[in-house]
Amino acid sequence: MRLFFILLIGGGLYAAEYSQVEPIFKSKCYGCHGPSKQLSGLRLDDAEAALQGGYSGKVIVPGHSATSSLWLRVAGKPGPTAMPMGSKGLSPDESALIAAWIDAGAKFPATLRAAAKRTQSRHWAFQSFSKPTGSIDAFITQRLAKDNLKMSPEADRATLLRRLSFDLIGLPPSPEEVHAFVADSSPQAYAKQVDRLLASAHFGEKWARHWLDQARYADSDGYEKDWVRPWAWRWREWVINSLNRDMPFDQFTREQIAGDLFPNASTEQRVATGFHRNTLTNREGGIDNQQFRFETMADRASTVGSVWLGLTVGCAQCHDHKYDPTLQKDFYSLYAFFDNAEEEDIDAPLPGEKNARTAAYEAKREALLAEFKVRELQPAWEKDMLQASAEPGKRTDWDLAWDCLLKLTESGDGERIMRKQPADRTDRDRLILENHFIRNYHFAIGQPAYKKVKFDELDKKLKALEEQYPSLTQAYILAENAAPRQSYLRVRGDYKSLGIPVPADSPSFLPPLAPHNGPTTRVDLANWLTAPDNPLVSRVTVNRIWQELFGAGIVKTAEDFGLMGSRPSHPELLNWLAAEFVERGWSRKAIIREIVLSAAYRQSSQARPELKEIDPENRLLARQSRLRLPAEAIRDAALRVAGLLDTKIGGPSIKPPQPDGVSSLGYSSGTKWQVSPGTERYRRGVYIHYQRTTPYPLLSNFDAPRSTTASCRRTRSNTPLQALNLLNDPVFLEAAERLGQRAKSIDEAFELALQRLPTPAERTRLQRFVAENNTTLMASILLNLDEFITRE
Amino acid sequence: MTHRRKFLQSLGSGFGLVALQHLLNQDGYGATVDPMAPRPPQFPGKAKRVIFLFMEGAPSQMDLFDPKPELQKWHGKSLPPSLTKDLKLAFIKPTATILGSPRTFQKYGPQGMDISDLLPHTASVAGDLCFVRSMHSDQFNHHPGQLKLFTGHNQVGRPAMGSWVTYGLGSESQNLPGFVVLSSGSGASGGSDNFSSGFLPTTYTGTPFRSTGDPILYLKNPAGISATQQRARLDALRDLNEMRQGATGDEEIASRIHAYELAFRMQSSSPELLDFSKETQTTKDSYGIGQEATNAYGTNCLLARRMIERGVRFVMLSHGSWDHHSAINTGLPKQCKTTDQPVAALIKDLKQRAMLDDTLVVWGSEFGRTPMSEFRRPEDAANAGRDHNPNGYTMWMAGGGIKTGQVIGKTDDFGLNILEDLVDVNDLQATMLHLLGFDHTRLTYRFMGREFRLTDVHGHVVQKMLA
Repeated sequence: MRLFFILLIGGGLYAAEYSQVEPIFKSKCYGCHGPSKQLSGLRLDDAEAALQGGYSGKVIVPGHSATSSLWLRVAGKPGPTAMPMGSKGLSPDESALIAAWIDAGAKFPATLRAAAKRTQSRHWAFQSFSKPTGSIDAFITQRLAKDNLKMSPEADRATLLRRLSFDLIGLPPSPEEVHAFVADSSPQAYAKQVDRLLASAHFGEKWARHWLDQARYADSDGYEKDWVRPWAWRWREWVINSLNRDMPFDQFTREQIAGDLFPNASTEQRVATGFHRNTLTNREGGIDNQQFRFETMADRASTVGSVWLGLTVGCAQCHDHKYDPTLQKDFYSLYAFFDNAEEEDIDAPLPGEKNARTAAYEAKREALLAEFKVRELQPAWEKDMLQASAEPGKRTDWDLAWDCLLKLTESGDGERIMRKQPADRTDRDRLILENHFIRNYHFAIGQPAYKKVKFDELDKKLKALEEQYPSLTQAYILAENAAPRQSYLRVRGDYKSLGIPVPADSPSFLPPLAPHNGPTTRVDLANWLTAPDNPLVSRVTVNRIWQELFGAGIVKTAEDFGLMGSRPSHPELLNWLAAEFVERGWSRKAIIREIVLSAAYRQSSQARPELKEIDPENRLLARQSRLRLPAEAIRDAALRVAGLLDTKIGGPSIKPPQPDGVSSLGYSSGTKWQVSPGTERYRRGVYIHYQRTTPYPLLSNFDAPRSTTASCRRTRSNTPLQALNLLNDPVFLEAAERLGQRAKSIDEAFELALQRLPTPAERTRLQRFVAENNTTLMASILLNLDEFITRE
Repeated sequence: MTHRRKFLQSLGSGFGLVALQHLLNQDGYGATVDPMAPRPPQFPGKAKRVIFLFMEGAPSQMDLFDPKPELQKWHGKSLPPSLTKDLKLAFIKPTATILGSPRTFQKYGPQGMDISDLLPHTASVAGDLCFVRSMHSDQFNHHPGQLKLFTGHNQVGRPAMGSWVTYGLGSESQNLPGFVVLSSGSGASGGSDNFSSGFLPTTYTGTPFRSTGDPILYLKNPAGISATQQRARLDALRDLNEMRQGATGDEEIASRIHAYELAFRMQSSSPELLDFSKETQTTKDSYGIGQEATNAYGTNCLLARRMIERGVRFVMLSHGSWDHHSAINTGLPKQCKTTDQPVAALIKDLKQRAMLDDTLVVWGSEFGRTPMSEFRRPEDAANAGRDHNPNGYTMWMAGGGIKTGQVIGKTDDFGLNILEDLVDVNDLQATMLHLLGFDHTRLTYRFMGREFRLTDVHGHVVQKMLA
């Protein structure tokens, strides 16, 4: 206290030197803001960095201790958190010294330079790698040899084809296909099967599902209102088609990250950006749009981190990553790529689709609008709405009407359109705003007046007209805002606390972006992800392909290649596969072909007692694994063996029958679960409408992800609810009945279901059952067998 | 398999949980561990199980538990500007006018706890309750608010409280799911997110017991299949599955057989569970079963008691909706009439059966309501409601280790903000876990490279709540 007094009196006469404050910095601050750690981006052991400040901005204002947050914090002034963390500040003497040093200009010695400003991470996944010599089987055999183990023999042909068929197209083979394969004595017999299945259009359906998991695809908004997204499937269509055409993964990546920014982007390239439109939308009344926008962009950045980089970058939203070198700043550098993106809905007709909305439709719509005086009423409403937005709090009803414009405008941004001059609005803008006006005018004028203008009647007529003249297929896409937006780090991840400005950039511990002209956009991110020197993307991707074919990745934590992730079981194999993948032009079909042709893949999954102790998790791959099928494949297989499966590819989502009351659990009960007509209900699981708050029960019961965040790895649980589902769900009973009718004998039913003949003991047991019961129940037993829902 | 399960049970510490987590993270964990096997907590807990009476949509605390006579004086006026400066509300503006409460309050229980005329039955058990008038959430919209209350975080994807509890403790029931959800009234804004296991294995997801149709999805035998046929199906399935286990050597098949047997036990025990004929008429009457207003909720309350008697670990009763944005003076009495008697009956019934001491009962919602009125058009003023207020609202707890007959916390004269003893929903979660025998910072699960917990990175045990 006394010292502080002297300093004040002394004014300019007394100035503290850096040498006087350095011991304080060293003993009290360096622990978190020094050579080894730079929490909140601040380091005091480097002159330049210290003056630059931390994530929330400058902390030292030379000459002005009273406005320097460093001093405010160490002096324990009210407001910012006192420093050192957990204390009430430094001693008065110490903080007075720091004040005096700042007031004297905060002079650092010019020599104060940190030895290394950036610690280079030595973690394996961030290092560049080259292609080792070897082959899949060589790497696996070599590793097994260390434990004196050998691979298992090849699985029998029926098992092998069933495995291959589930893995490549998600469906079981028919008994005829198995017979043909068993009878084929050519050395190419297996390779021919591989090529046949890779060429099947069902390949895209099976492998799309894997990608949809990662993209958190759903057919509804999520959150309270959970509105249906009637056109979400258009992006799924793009994924299925891209996989079937074997679009190289680098192109697949570039189009989804930045397809809209390609020169003369095609509709399909723009549709690809629908990947990022799978974020959740909260339309609840009181939601703050700024917060919501922030959460959406942050989710996009986290998802890119999980899906392409295999990193939990989302952990760095609030602070530097606890384990990985991902700085909080790195998270916002990724975030910044998406900060400038706006959501847009476009016409995205499928090949051959004709626009039904012709002049006749336009004329009828215009006539209706005229009849109900929409053109007369809308301008006044718009004027009042803009007025209400300028003076919030004046009229609660108009406030609510304005809020509804922000939340409830279908397929567009109501506010943005309304703020445009009418002459500047596109046809689509006009349509969106008109529809919003007609459906929501009552918020502004009240129900009695709304009834008088009969807009509910108009709405019905317009909807009938829209059904009569369906619109072109729509797609949800991203579009870049013309005026670039400055992005900011958010202190503690709080959207309201703007920190330092952060440019779009690659994470600091990974290779830099390629040099480019003009502003940094998503195109640069796309190019960076697919650049040859990116150490993660190819390895993360092949690891997930491997996971689909063996049940676990070479890196088991397929979602986390960071420091807390598991180490690769076969590091060289992973590098080899990744390099091979890139060499083969990022062709997924080529790399899948390579893997399934290996002896490792073709091994029997038979348990081996000696492996139980040495390798209980089957990491060394001395055998294949028995894997329970994913939710969709269980249903697909039941429908397939019953002869019920509708194999049509693509198109809108479908709704199979489900018990009453499932959809009413959430608030989205306005969403009626209308069972799809005809054979649509028998289409594959990948097409089942995914309502986020109340998913189709089979999907939840059998571990389909909840479509909220990227899911890179499904769990395979085993619960009584699964048993009840398969035993008692009418869908499976119907399949059993049809299977029973289709097969002329127990053997035939058995073979249809499991693609092998029963053993004598199995046959006897089933005969005994049929004698006491009936064929439908016998078939239902087949559909409940562990073997039926397992790919061996 | 049983050897391994016993091994886990015998550990009885945080280590057991770590071992469990490790096993769960492996594929085919069913072969080595029954994830629902009962496990002791980290330290002896006073509560063995939980009944969460979730009053979905935010009941108005100033009309039920937290009387604010000042509101009458200020009725029709705006709050003092000092209170509204930084106020952000869901639907109304901070300048909205105050709505006086027409309710009358009396003091009940030995310590004199204020309860309004709408809850006469609750008043009769006041001595067994602990009011927290200083509940706090940072979310003022339903879905994020419910996620915060049940999963500790406002965004979708985290495990629910009931999932954490069954993950920690397993379940005592051999025939019923460990975590059950009962619903009445309208649906919940949070939908199945309120009882989802998030990234925990699906085993820990809450199982909805439905009031119409099958109580559990697909629980009933399909039309035309008798109990004998069902048993015959299961016998044949078991035999064939065992043959396949013999052929492949895969132990996972044993756990598949186990799951089918549990499913069958669920089927055969649920009629007994749902059959109230052995309950006395007095009991049924006390819950209001058979009375139009109380039948649905009373049935769920009695079912909840019967479930915990049979070993269920966590029962969540979701009743909606208390979201009285308009016509609060007619809507609120209606919801109170529906639930008041059954809730009080449940407390008395548990107490009489000596189950209240180790059953934690929690009554409450995602947030409370504003002192200010909400109405959209001037002509609707007579039918006003109240908007959402997460900055100070009331919940109550009873049973398992709770210090009852007391009121914790204090709000300002308007019931807008907390003056004393702020209890965030994360603090409530920490306290609930503490009562069950868990340090909330150590009941964790590794996912996406991080240890997650119910309380996210927050939460403190509220010492005042502990007996």
